[in-house]
Amino acid sequence: MTYKKLLALIATLFIFATASAQTPLSMWYHGAGNEVEKNILNGIITDFNASQSDWKIELQEFPQGAYNEAVVAAALSGSLPDIIDTDGPVMPNWAWSGYMQPLNLAEGSLDNFLPGAIGNWEGQVYSVGLWDAAVAMVTRRSTLEDNGIRIPSLEQPWTADEFNAALETLKATGKYDYPLDLGMAWTGEWYPYAFSPFLQSFGGDLIDRSTFLSAEGALNGPEAVAFGNWWQSLFANDMAPGTSQDGADRDTGFADGKYAISWNGNWAALGALSAFDDVLFLPAPDFGNGPKIGAASWQFGVSASSKNPEGANAFIQFAIQDKYLAAFSNGIGLIPATASAAAMTDNYADGGAMAVFFELSKQQALIRPPTPGYVVMALVFEKALADIANGADVQDTLDAAVDEINADIEKNKGYGFSN
Amino acid sequence: MSDSRLEARVKTSQSPHLFSHKQKEALTGWFMAAPALILLLTFLIIPFIFAFYFSFTNQRLVSPNPTEFVGLSNFTRLLTVRTFTLEPLLDETTKQAQRDEAGNLVYPSLRDYTRNNPDYPQLNGLREWRSWQSGNKRTYLLASDVVFMKALVNILLFVLIVAPVQAGLALLLALLINQPLRGINIFRTIYFMPVVISMVVIAMLWRFIYDGNNGLLNTLLGYLSFGNFKPVDWLGNAKTAMPAVIIMSIWQAVGFHMVIWLSGLQTIPSVLYEAASTEGANNLQKFRFVTWPGLRNTAIFILIIITMQAFGLYTQIEVMTRGGPLDSTQTLVFQAVQRGFEKQDISGGSAISVLLFLIVLSVSLIQRYLTRERR
Repeated sequence: MTYKKLLALIATLFIFATASAQTPLSMWYHGAGNEVEKNILNGIITDFNASQSDWKIELQEFPQGAYNEAVVAAALSGSLPDIIDTDGPVMPNWAWSGYMQPLNLAEGSLDNFLPGAIGNWEGQVYSVGLWDAAVAMVTRRSTLEDNGIRIPSLEQPWTADEFNAALETLKATGKYDYPLDLGMAWTGEWYPYAFSPFLQSFGGDLIDRSTFLSAEGALNGPEAVAFGNWWQSLFANDMAPGTSQDGADRDTGFADGKYAISWNGNWAALGALSAFDDVLFLPAPDFGNGPKIGAASWQFGVSASSKNPEGANAFIQFAIQDKYLAAFSNGIGLIPATASAAAMTDNYADGGAMAVFFELSKQQALIRPPTPGYVVMALVFEKALADIANGADVQDTLDAAVDEINADIEKNKGYGFSN
Repeated sequence: MSDSRLEARVKTSQSPHLFSHKQKEALTGWFMAAPALILLLTFLIIPFIFAFYFSFTNQRLVSPNPTEFVGLSNFTRLLTVRTFTLEPLLDETTKQAQRDEAGNLVYPSLRDYTRNNPDYPQLNGLREWRSWQSGNKRTYLLASDVVFMKALVNILLFVLIVAPVQAGLALLLALLINQPLRGINIFRTIYFMPVVISMVVIAMLWRFIYDGNNGLLNTLLGYLSFGNFKPVDWLGNAKTAMPAVIIMSIWQAVGFHMVIWLSGLQTIPSVLYEAASTEGANNLQKFRFVTWPGLRNTAIFILIIITMQAFGLYTQIEVMTRGGPLDSTQTLVFQAVQRGFEKQDISGGSAISVLLFLIVLSVSLIQRYLTRERR
């Protein structure tokens, strides 16, 4: 290319850029490194930019591990983008801190959405997810049938006794390293996301959800202690690998036949389905207060400092169309947030291999406590679970966790809640 | 260049301008030092002043609430320690101390005293850190922040072990490679290699080495003992986790201190060794009376550097154990980061940093005093 031609090209580009006159909107996303995810999101953005002449979305991606810190740092320095995505349980913290503003979507836009995909804080919707995630007991039909274990259903999940007996039976076969794989290798948010539903099924919780001001009684009452004792027994009796589980074992242990049952998310379901032809996704056991699983995944919201909230809302409104929900689901296996989108997918349509996850999400999902203090609660709970698994005194550990959570709430003047 | 010509030059450069020669020299000095000073100021001194200030407030990383001064409460929360003695429960009828089926004395639950007991307000929120038996009585050492206390004890132990062992091993290596052998540079490079590799990478590698199932260490020990060795989960066991971290840390930094020892060794004039040989000194005597006195300043430097580095133990913990299992590898810096950033409690993290600063400062001063030149 000659020098003149290059100049001409630059000049033309410049004309195009000024002619379009779309106001740029910046957007941050947590999924850097995932090619499929990026392509889908870029598809939505291209469609949106072409569909109207006012706004132009510019995407910047971050690796998930660094994303939250990037947002906090940007908020402190006043350089947040217009559209941010946020992990469901973290959203109240950001809303309370003043990083986000309520969404302004058309009336009824979210009517058919799974409850876990909608982020509420103080009675207003701040974020909405194109998908949700769910967790199930992943096992094989042959594993259960060969050992005379009843296959539980959504209507009739395993009871605590049934579940414990099933683990005993599977352990006695001697065929597995451990009968149950809880995923202890996945430190971080996995612990509260995947394990606090057990506590809630026992009747405890991370915090008293009637006031959101104290964890006393919820996290250290008799129900929580019963949960803690059960939790400790899993590791003391070698039913499940403990905190030093190898990350690789977590990823491939079930497919390799090391574990009989794996407590895992829908994102791992495609892998399990390709490993065996008789995979079952079973609901969580009922420990007395109904079977529970966690809810809320990554969601889109508008930053408080956005100068063009109409544009940001317009993009979110555009992105929550069923076809995009279905695209994300087909691409990376997530649960589409509406039933009509689910019907358009390969795996979640009626009779699809993962349809059960949609029902699990709809019927059993309980969001993590929607309070700004959740960020601290999650870390405290993670440490308490790790300590109990390693043999710490259950009551003492839970008391300490309650004290730390309560001290944090007090330091933050109730996080916006009051008696 | 002769002296007179040099003098002439100095004279010509003394011009009757704005600054005298001395002032110019001083200005140049400041100018040269400026980049380092600015960096030190921005990333060390100003942040420390901030930390000191935050430790007396309730500052949060993010919060719509205004910052308030809270006096010393961040420090009292960290440092409160009390003893408390419980008497065994007495049997209603016999007035004898009750015993359970295993014959152990039965005590009232400590929890009844430390949680919301209006009769014992001074014990509220305290937790058991240590306990011991004296006669019939059971004495508890209660702390308001047991994790901090454990971290403090862990890091002191870490320093006490790492400082002498690492310095000693480094000296041994330096003596070994301070020989005019063919290919000695290969050994120098090998010993120094871990120092230039990122600590995160090394910590990841050692996690594989320490793996409880099929880690290198377990496999090796099993092989050496003809399969008699039962695999140990080195990092997953509260008893072995800290020793595992200590060994790995010593290995990683030993090469760095070896190089410093080596530079010290090479400043010792060879005539001294020749003289010692002439006088008939053996190798041990040469070390005792020539090498060791010659390394005095190097030794002080290395001791202080290792101590300060060891107090800052963080990366290995973050990558390998995250403080667990059961707080056996908690450290002060890890707790400061965890509280300040992950739990968004900048004031709590700052308070730990300030305490750590005071500890390191006083330890260094004591070391300086103990190793001062006695004339």
